[in-house]
Amino acid sequence: MCSKKIRKLSYSLAINEALHQMMEKDSSVLLIGQGVKSPWYVGNTARGLLDRFGPERVIDTPVSENAITGVAVGAAIVGMRPIVVHPRMDFMLYALDPIINEAANWHYMFGGKINVPVVFWGIINRGGEQAAQHSQALHTFFAHVPGLKVVMPSTPYDAKGLMISAIQDDNPVVFVDDRWLYRLEDDVPEELYSVPIGKGIVRREGKDITLIAISYMAVEAVKAADFLKQEQGISVEVIDLRTIKPFDKELIFESVRKTGRVILADVGWKMCGFMAEVAATLVEEMFDCLKSPIKRIALPNVPAPASRALEKHYYLNAEKIIKAVLELLKGEEVMYGVQSALL
Amino acid sequence: MYSKNFLISLYKTMLKIRLCEESLVEPILKGKIKTPCHLYTGEEAIATGVCAALDKNDYIFGNHRSHGHYIAKGGNLKQLIAEIYCKETGCSRGRGGSMHVVAPEVGFLGAAPIVAGTISLAVGAALASKIRGDKRVSVSFFGDGATGEGVFYESLNFAALKKLPIIFACENNFYSTHMPLRECRFKDNIYESGIPFGVPSYKIDGNNVLEVYEATKKAVEMCRIGEGPVLLEFVTYRLRGHVGPDDNIQGLHTDIRPKEEVEEWKKKDPLEIFKTFLLKKQVLTKDEIDKMKFEIESEVKEAHLFAQKSPYPNEKELCKYVFKEN
Repeated sequence: MCSKKIRKLSYSLAINEALHQMMEKDSSVLLIGQGVKSPWYVGNTARGLLDRFGPERVIDTPVSENAITGVAVGAAIVGMRPIVVHPRMDFMLYALDPIINEAANWHYMFGGKINVPVVFWGIINRGGEQAAQHSQALHTFFAHVPGLKVVMPSTPYDAKGLMISAIQDDNPVVFVDDRWLYRLEDDVPEELYSVPIGKGIVRREGKDITLIAISYMAVEAVKAADFLKQEQGISVEVIDLRTIKPFDKELIFESVRKTGRVILADVGWKMCGFMAEVAATLVEEMFDCLKSPIKRIALPNVPAPASRALEKHYYLNAEKIIKAVLELLKGEEVMYGVQSALL
Repeated sequence: MYSKNFLISLYKTMLKIRLCEESLVEPILKGKIKTPCHLYTGEEAIATGVCAALDKNDYIFGNHRSHGHYIAKGGNLKQLIAEIYCKETGCSRGRGGSMHVVAPEVGFLGAAPIVAGTISLAVGAALASKIRGDKRVSVSFFGDGATGEGVFYESLNFAALKKLPIIFACENNFYSTHMPLRECRFKDNIYESGIPFGVPSYKIDGNNVLEVYEATKKAVEMCRIGEGPVLLEFVTYRLRGHVGPDDNIQGLHTDIRPKEEVEEWKKKDPLEIFKTFLLKKQVLTKDEIDKMKFEIESEVKEAHLFAQKSPYPNEKELCKYVFKEN
């Protein structure tokens, strides 16, 4: 095997590289959706694809989310591997029928005779006073549906590897990324590789508390863990789930057996959110290992406000995670020497 | 103009659909069949004429009323009936029921009852054909009710924009479940829906199998040479209830269609029209038709016996087929 070349690449260009490599490798792969020609819509993720693969396989579309998503599903039913992009996830709601009623059910409903290898790619855009309809993280809705897989990479390495896995998967996969991650740079191998769907990863090892996060919150969780270790001597184990459907129970269980304390950090709303599922699973299957109540960090049950004065309270970050960790450990102040000034 | 064999095959398909649908009436009423069955009786000329103009490799997508599409495209009858009994031997292994029949081996890629839900899927199959250059044509079968959904217009626009080989086949039976077309739509002009998008659109007598065939044949030719899409509105009428044999039989009295209207359409029964034509043209004799009917009835009976004897899906396999294993 040749030597693996690794260099720094941004999250958006890592996705771009995955698309280039998969379209090169497999002529059945196509990209369809609004604004695939325009960085204004999809950042750098589609850079160079149109020139290289032509308008038959890189298809910019009218504003018709429902039909276009159905078109991708239909093409997948006959053996293509389409990726349909929704540059603002909010507009993906127009496409729930082809995603949920059709694609997710097709394989089961027809007794396994037809499979639907399609990627539904939804980009979370938030902040910047974009208000309620340009800000929604809707991953939980899709995770609820049998027949869909849902991935949410937080690093450039995973963004490339999970996009490749999503395209290669024989089933419908919802790929959810976040514009706040697009400029993040990290080591990314040049060759085509995949990150397995359903496998989480330990980002920081720790023994006092397990912090389970997804998507952008995994980035903030790592910052929080590093701060807590340095400033407070608190050892936080950070798990980035990477895939929320199916999610890596074994990895979580292993960590909770060690720490007995759990904080869950979501990028979506708290009410019936994805982390409620993780919490319920832990209570059902790991209750004996829990030393304290599970704590959730999630968006308040409020639509996203426009004003930056409200936004900064609405969205979550490392500071809020640190606060939550300290609150959870408050009862054990002596043990950790927590500085109450931070609370 | 037409070969004798071709005309006979059209009639045979129509008769097969009719006898299959009518054979379901008794088991439905007796509760042996529970899955909601939307019978195709009265609309046989459309599926038959359209599919006769297609190749085996061409694609079709159906809806809640798709037994006829399945048979006309060449699906296996035993597997169809077994699916209606929700048995493991059914075409969807008992996971789909009457509204979800499929026969990918003959290009029938699936039926689904979300009104208009499969229109865009058929457009997607056509897009794939265009990319691959395989000259396949896709047909989307949908009812008049589906023309109330926005995705129909989105699909027309996109298919026209990309010049896709797709035939939008609207089966207008004048009722969206129980609501008459005049209460759903400002004007009875479904066939004009394609015109604003530059899609050639035609209104055809859906109870005349030869007219259906001719119109579809032309549409298929246009699609094959890259002149698609085409919209065909087939005017027809269902002679049974929206779901089940007769909405009134079950005591619901939900069929608000005037009796006189139903009687008028019975006179335009596509099977009777075509039979009269064939007898008049001496393509078939009455005896030959009786013989054909007897043979199909035996085949249908055999399919019911096969279905009844077949096992239900194994409970241990409840969770099978959610995902395809890579």
